[in-house]
Amino acid sequence: MADSQAPVCLQGRPASPGLAAGTVLVYADGFRQRRQAGTSGEEQEALRMALQQAAGDLSALMERIDDAETSAVLEFQVALLEDDNLSEPAFQRIGGGEPADRAFRAVIDAMAADYRAAADEYFAARASDLEDLGERVIRLLHGEATVCPRLPIGAILLADDLSPSRFLAMDWSNDRAIALRRGSPTAHVAMLARSREVPMVVGLGDVGVAADTPALLDGEAGTLLLNPGGEDRAAFRQRQIALRGEHREDAQLSLLPARTRDGEAVSVHLNIADPEELRRLDPALCDGIGLVRTEFLFHGRRGLPDETEQFEVYRRLLRWAEDRPVTIRTLDAGGDKPVAGLTLVGEANPFLGLRGVRLSLAHPAVFRVQLRALLRSACCGRLRIMIPMVSVPREMTAARALVHEVREELQAEGRSVGDFELGMMVEVPAAALTLDAFQVDFYSIGSNDLTQYLLAAGRDASAVADLADPLEPAVLNTIAAVVASARRRGLPVSLCGDAGADPRVLPHLLATGLRSVSVAPAAVGRVKRIVNDWSRASHG
Amino acid sequence: MSETSRAQATVLLTHEAGLHARPSVSLTKRAKQFRARIQLALAPDGPWVDAKSIVKIMATKAPQGSTLHLRAEGEDADTAIHELVALVERDFEDHG
Repeated sequence: MADSQAPVCLQGRPASPGLAAGTVLVYADGFRQRRQAGTSGEEQEALRMALQQAAGDLSALMERIDDAETSAVLEFQVALLEDDNLSEPAFQRIGGGEPADRAFRAVIDAMAADYRAAADEYFAARASDLEDLGERVIRLLHGEATVCPRLPIGAILLADDLSPSRFLAMDWSNDRAIALRRGSPTAHVAMLARSREVPMVVGLGDVGVAADTPALLDGEAGTLLLNPGGEDRAAFRQRQIALRGEHREDAQLSLLPARTRDGEAVSVHLNIADPEELRRLDPALCDGIGLVRTEFLFHGRRGLPDETEQFEVYRRLLRWAEDRPVTIRTLDAGGDKPVAGLTLVGEANPFLGLRGVRLSLAHPAVFRVQLRALLRSACCGRLRIMIPMVSVPREMTAARALVHEVREELQAEGRSVGDFELGMMVEVPAAALTLDAFQVDFYSIGSNDLTQYLLAAGRDASAVADLADPLEPAVLNTIAAVVASARRRGLPVSLCGDAGADPRVLPHLLATGLRSVSVAPAAVGRVKRIVNDWSRASHG
Repeated sequence: MSETSRAQATVLLTHEAGLHARPSVSLTKRAKQFRARIQLALAPDGPWVDAKSIVKIMATKAPQGSTLHLRAEGEDADTAIHELVALVERDFEDHG
């Protein structure tokens, strides 16, 4: 137990950024509470009621959730609850004289241990879903209607771990934060915390902390400082103010249109890796979404997403953007982004291997599902479908033919397909040199890959990192040529690599004539500031 | 005796995550739509488990690349096997 007076700094791992000053609320493990057991018959009835109630509560929770990942987790739990094979061993144990809570816990623990022992991490990860479920049922047996404590304002919740369903049932507004003894920055709950901007630190280890201990949680450094002194508090307060000020300044600038000093408008779009990011973003921030990395959909723990799941995500993106264009890139797996079960394993040189459109054309069944979902979503906004890693015109022709087939298939099913544009990423030098031969509606320059392919310097090879520089004339000249081709053909052109948000590179990109970039949401304020300061005169 | 029809088939599991949470939910949900008794095994000689039980299906921990053996007994056995094989083949997509 930490001394109740002296400052103690606990080091964990950062899981969700932000700073919180408050008091520790220790979340006791609900499993260890005692309850008065009844007869075998009464206990069996109590368990039956608790299972029913838990299934009802979970179904009600599912209704309120609008993200596919979370509702799939809950659906799995409901399916387990509805399976007699789950409860049967518990009823037998109760018949043998055990109280309902102990019997059910024993069954869940045994199943969770079995899952954990699986060689496959997918199965092992399901153990926490089982424990989440077990805890819910046992809490109901203990007569607790609400599964979660009400958090006072400024509470820093300290627990071993936190399940997604418990996180979702709590109010996290007003400076509440999370400190976990175990947990992981990649856990589902950490993702939820980031999307709701709840500061979170994980992996603090087996620490005992007295309830109501004053503390400062630093989600950037991954620390929990107990019993902070006056100086610690003052410094923390300064950082909080600075952070808020920085946010405010950027936020103000980011909501205004970007215009060079010569008065030319530059459109700034967003790169989105996970649609959850949109929850906290104002569409006024951008002129559209310039890159949606659909790989995130294919990296879920549940394998390849089906058409409905994809459609719902695409529709959500388009609706969020209102009348702004949304560029969705078809699956860009391969290279440094393997997708189990799809990309080749053990390619000697994956960046030059089966990736992007090459992979999609090699797996038309998977590609068609994505195209169907995309085309179905087209009616919800201004959709631009972007094909990655195109090298030669016949790849674009094949992709276009598939798109047409899918459109006809959907129309034959009586579904309406809205208007959309079909374009290409320009990232392979072969394509950049022969652009006029490609039948497309727009270009988007992928500066990261374009740079590595032009300079033959791998993104993953730190020994040649100096060479992979977008400021090399070869890269800037190629970008200028792509912009010129777009202008000649009357096509929109944008750039969606790291170069667009790099203060060192962006002025040079503007000098090539480029007037549209797509960057991470956090970089929008900075990018607009650079654009507003730029003029042709300042940059020959 | 002749009232009862039987059917069986094998299908290769291509799903990235194997018979993991969501595929299992999808498979058992579909299996429950049939009256036939439906069983699944990872080898031709069993052990056979109830294909309508998510607890049993999850316990097989079938990884990607497994061959799933399915068998059914009951009046709609044929349709059941046909539909379940199709479900696995299209990677557990709910819409075919």
